[in-house]
Formats: sequence, C-alpha cells, structure tokens
Amino acid sequence: MTVRLMQGNEAVGWGAIAAGCRFYAGYPITPSTEIAEMLSRELPKLGGIFIQMEDEIASLAACIGASVGGLKAMTATSGPGFSLMQEHIGYAAMAEVPCVIVDVQRLGPSTGQPTSPSQGDVMQARWGTHGDHPIIVLYPTSVSEAFDLTVTAFNFAEKYRTPVILLLDEVVGHMRERFESPPLEEIQVIDRMGTDVPPEWYKPFGDTISDVPPMPSFGSGYRYHITGLYHDPMGYPTQRLDEINPWIERVHRKINNHLEDILLYREENVEDANVVIVAYGATARSARHAMKLARQHRHHVGLVTLYTIWPFPEEMIQRVARIARRIVVPEMNLGQLALEVERLVGRHKVIRVNRADGEMISPQMILDALEGA
Amino acid sequence: MARSEHTAYAYLRTTKKFPNIWCAGCGIGIVMGALIRAIDRIGLDKDDVALVSGIGCSGRMPVYMDFNTLHTTHGRALAFATGLKLAQPKLHVIVVMGDGDALAIGGNHFIHAARRNIDLTAIVINNSIYGMTGGQYSPTTPLESRTATAPYGHVEPPFPICELSIAAGATFVARSTVYHAIELDKLIEKAIRKVGFSVVEAVSYCHTTYGRMNKLGSSVDMMRMLKDHSVTLAAAEKLMPEERAMKIVRGVLHDVEKPDYITLYQQVIERAKATIDGKEFLRAGPGGLE
Ligand SMILES: Cc1ncc(C[n+]2csc(CCOP(=O)(O)OP(=O)(O)O)c2C)c(N)n1
Ligand code: SF4
Ligand SMILES: [Mg+2]
Repeated sequence: MTVRLMQGNEAVGWGAIAAGCRFYAGYPITPSTEIAEMLSRELPKLGGIFIQMEDEIASLAACIGASVGGLKAMTATSGPGFSLMQEHIGYAAMAEVPCVIVDVQRLGPSTGQPTSPSQGDVMQARWGTHGDHPIIVLYPTSVSEAFDLTVTAFNFAEKYRTPVILLLDEVVGHMRERFESPPLEEIQVIDRMGTDVPPEWYKPFGDTISDVPPMPSFGSGYRYHITGLYHDPMGYPTQRLDEINPWIERVHRKINNHLEDILLYREENVEDANVVIVAYGATARSARHAMKLARQHRHHVGLVTLYTIWPFPEEMIQRVARIARRIVVPEMNLGQLALEVERLVGRHKVIRVNRADGEMISPQMILDALEGA
Repeated sequence: MARSEHTAYAYLRTTKKFPNIWCAGCGIGIVMGALIRAIDRIGLDKDDVALVSGIGCSGRMPVYMDFNTLHTTHGRALAFATGLKLAQPKLHVIVVMGDGDALAIGGNHFIHAARRNIDLTAIVINNSIYGMTGGQYSPTTPLESRTATAPYGHVEPPFPICELSIAAGATFVARSTVYHAIELDKLIEKAIRKVGFSVVEAVSYCHTTYGRMNKLGSSVDMMRMLKDHSVTLAAAEKLMPEERAMKIVRGVLHDVEKPDYITLYQQVIERAKATIDGKEFLRAGPGGLE
C-alpha cells in the first residue's frame, strides 16, 4: 500500500480507471476539468479513449454510444454542463445504457460561482430529466471516498444497466488529501452481464430474474434495436399499454428491489441520540466535527452520512427518527434533501441548516442548530 | 419474383416492424432501398453494420432494418455514433438524419464530426421541412416558401448542406435525389467505402406538409420536380452560374484523402503507451506513479 497526496478530481479519474472505464468524453468546465485532463493523459496508456466533444450534450451522447459498443464510459461536468446533459440522462435511463456522469457542483443557477462549493444540484440529479425514471446518485465526502464511490458508480451502472450520477462538492473535487492507494487488483469490479443464448432468442429488454436484461455490445453478433421511445422487450417502439406499463414497473423494480445493495450510508452514535444530523458531501465533515464537539459536552448527538442520496434511504431515516427527537439537515443549498426527510418524518421534527452563498457550512452553524434542537 | 427473394427482404425486420409509419408516397423509403442496395453490393455482414439515427420521419429508418440499430435523440445522432465508432472501430457506422436533425439542432455536432473527420457515413434526407412535427421551417427551407411556422412566407436563406460539409472538413460529399434511386445507391456505396467523414445529401420531399402548403401537388408531382430541377455535375459545369444556382447538382462533389480520426488517435495511444507499460501502470495504480 502506497500513500500519497491526491486531489478529489484526480481520485475520480483513478477510480474510473480502476473500475475499468476505457472511454471518456467531456467538455471542459470548472471545477471538474482536472478529471478530463487527468484522463486525457492516463486513458491512452491503457489503449482507452479520451475525446473532448463540442459540448456536454455530445459528451454524454458519445459516452452512451461507446457503452453500447461495449466500453465502460464516463463524463464529468459542472452545473451548466449538467443542465445540458439532462436529455441524455433520460435517454440512458430509458435505453438502460450503463454510464457514469460526474457533476462537480458549483454555485448556481447559471454560470453562478464557478469555484465556490454548493450542493444545489441534488434535486436536479434526481429529477432533472423529464419523466419518471429510476436513478442512482452517489456522494463522497472525501478524496478516498471519491475514488471508492467512482468504482461503485461503475459497478452499479453495469450491474443495473443504468446511468449513475456521482455528485461532488467543489471542495472535495479540489481538495488534496492523504490517499492510501489500494492495490488495483483487489478492487472489486463488476461487468455488465452478457449472454450466450442464440442471437434469435435474445431479448434486449426482456424480463429476467434480476429485472436487468443482459447487454451484449453492438458488433458482437446480437443485432437489436435501441430507442428512447417506449419499447417492447425486443426494443421496438410501442404504444401498447400492456408493454409500456411492464417496462415502467421493471425499471423501477430493478433498482427498488436491490436497495440493500444500493443504499450506502454510515451511522455514528445513532443508538443513544436525541438529535441526529443527516448530512452528505463536505457538509458531513462539518457535521462530524459538530457531533464530536457536542458529545464532548455530553449532548447525545448522532450522525448519518449519506453516500447514496438517490434512491433516498427512506426506511433508515424513519428508523432513525424513531430514536431521535430531532433531525438536523445541513445543506449548502436552500433545503433540498431536507424536503425528503420532512416528507418521511414530518416537518416539526426537522431543523434545516442552509446556506447557498458559496461558503461552507461551519461546525459552529450546526452546533447552533443543535443548541435549539 | 417472390417477396422473400427481393434483395431488401434479407435486410428488413419483416416479422415485427411493418407496415412502416411513413406516408404513402414519401421519399424516405427510397433512401432506405438505396442504402440496402449499397450495403448488399459491398457485401457487408449485417453484424458489422450499425445504423444510428436522430428523431424525425427520417430518424425512424433504422428500426425497420436488421442491423445494430440505435435510434437516438433529436440532433445528436452523430455524437452517439462517434462514441460507438470509437468503441467498435470495425463497425460500419451509418448515420441517418433529417435536415432539421442534422443542421438545426444537430448543426454543431455535424460540423464538428466533419472537422474531426471521424469515419462515419452521414446520410441527410433533405425534404426542406420538419416532416414529423407537421411542416415547420427547417434550415434548408427555401426563401419565400410557406410552412406551418412561416404562414407569410419564409425570410431566412437555406443552408447548402454539401458546401457546408466540404467547408467543415468532410472527405467525401455527394448529392442525389430520391428520383434518382440507382444513382443514390451508387453514391451511398462510395460513401460507405470511404474512410473518413462522408456525407450524402439525399434530396427528398414531403408532399404531406411542404407540398400541401406550397401547392406543389402529389408525391408524383414532387418527384417529377426533382427530375426536372436537377442536373449531373458534368451538365452543371456547362451552365451559366445563375442557371446552375437554380438546379440541384447531383454527383460526387468532393472526394479527398485525409487521415481519419481513429487512425490519428491510434498514434496518441502509441505515444502514451511508449511512456509506460500498461500492465505495470495498472499494477502500480494511483499510488505508485509519477
Ligand atoms: C429536443 C427536441 N426538440 C424537438 C423535438 C421535436 N421534433 C421531432 S422531429 C423534429 C423535426 C424533424 O425534422 P427533420 O429533422 O427535418 O426530419 P423529418 O421529419 O423531416 O425527416 C422535431 C422538431 C424533439 N423530438 N426533441
Ligand atoms: S410527413 Fe412528410 S417526411 Fe414524414 S413520412 Fe410523411 S411525407 Fe414523409
Ligand atoms: Mg426534414
């Protein structure tokens, strides 16, 4: 095991390489650009491909095309580019094409503050594309988690044939931290399921036990159709309700039936807590510090750090709310994930701590909220 | 000849997908026929062909054909095709687009795919209108014509697709019409054989929208107009410039040799690999390098 100083964005690039990513398409944007620069240097060493496209719409399109061609693919961007990618996030969900989209958030809306941290894209990551669709969104709090969760993002994308979004805070993307490099061969990598049925039997969008159909790549002898229209199990466009409804049910089931696998979070001191902080990203680090200070003064404060924010860990939050009197939700936005917590446990139980001016939430802000809890 | 003996039969998804969605008399089917004949003549294996399209009446073509088919989003087919081609260079990636698809919403992708000279075959079915959405003007709608969104006459000049492609860097550019179906399949064949970004503009018509709104008659009448208003490149060269400007000029308009993107990117890979052995690189991982 080697130890070195590593930047969050760089760690994302390394996580991608470790997970088997061999295709990156992107468009430069602060504060995500280091990911592109790093992969333009490293991917070709492995015979992988880096391409700078003409915009973010094209970038995600190229990733989806490459994934259909059998390569694990990733793009990275920030708010303005993430907004442009929304149509294709929906396409990837509809066509069930694995891909990873990294959004190193900046303060928005619009061009906003390119180098200031913000957690303003939490709802956009869930609902930014039109229509009901399942999505997985992961959120690291540190440089080494940025590496780990990038690997996880690819694994989920491949396993569930879905786009996976990795949200980073600008401060996590740009921060340099101690990084213990794991031996790459020890990293668990999941590849999409292929098939060996005769091509004429293959159903690209058929029912399977896991609800995830196998996905051979284009050019491998399985000729099939992929479309963003509602489609039947063969991939052909359909308007039949008895084909549309089973599709909607299956793609939601493929995520919702595997929540134990998908929902990642960490509970600390929850068992005896009067108050629990629910936090994610860099804010969870301030929250941990606040929890420690509070406990030094014998306040029974617990912390839940969310690594998977979508799907939202409903049962866990409800369980925690049965233990704690109050839930404190600090966020670098005007209250986005707090809405989910409030929906589950009731507004009266939730104390929001917010700022959306490009400054981080300090432990003191959270301590102040704990005082009132 | 029995239906199943027709050349096209072996390339169509006959069991599931027919009848098609196009209006009776539409020219898009003729382009599909020409594409099939071109592929058949080259002798490509169906597994080695990928057909990518955008959204529009033209974009519906791939679903009827028994290849690897990717029906993408409006305007972005070339960007999807770029990723697919880079991942699977052995595939012949053919991209079918409408005029609005390729040049309005997809205009940026179009010029950049040409500039990059990535080895794709782009077929633009130019019916001078947004067919699928009911006849709104497109970037190739002629000045002064009536459309669903230009009820007082259109005041924007059209893009010349082929000239735009040449300026942007395409290595092969050709044009024909759906009246000249045999000529069209020969041009598509050349375009597929060409390594580099190649464009075939297939001039078509939409009698259902543009034809009706401009009182141009039936599909047969519009087909006849393509015959009467077009000339071969050789014949065009004998015309006065003003006369020539009124005509649809058919033939290979541009054919040059240039290294394609994949060949050049291969050099990038070789240069990068020269710096370190891939296996050693992976073994060392993020901790052990530089
Ligand atoms: C992002 C987006 N904008 C608009 C549309 C609606 N739309 C569908 S097809 C089309 C235009 C089609 O015209 P063209 O590309 O010329 O193809 P044609 O139908 O004429 O073959 C439009 C505007 C869409 N599907 N997606
Ligand atoms: S609307 Fe026009 S372009 Fe579309 S199928 Fe009908 S005739 Fe063809
Ligand atoms: Mg059109």
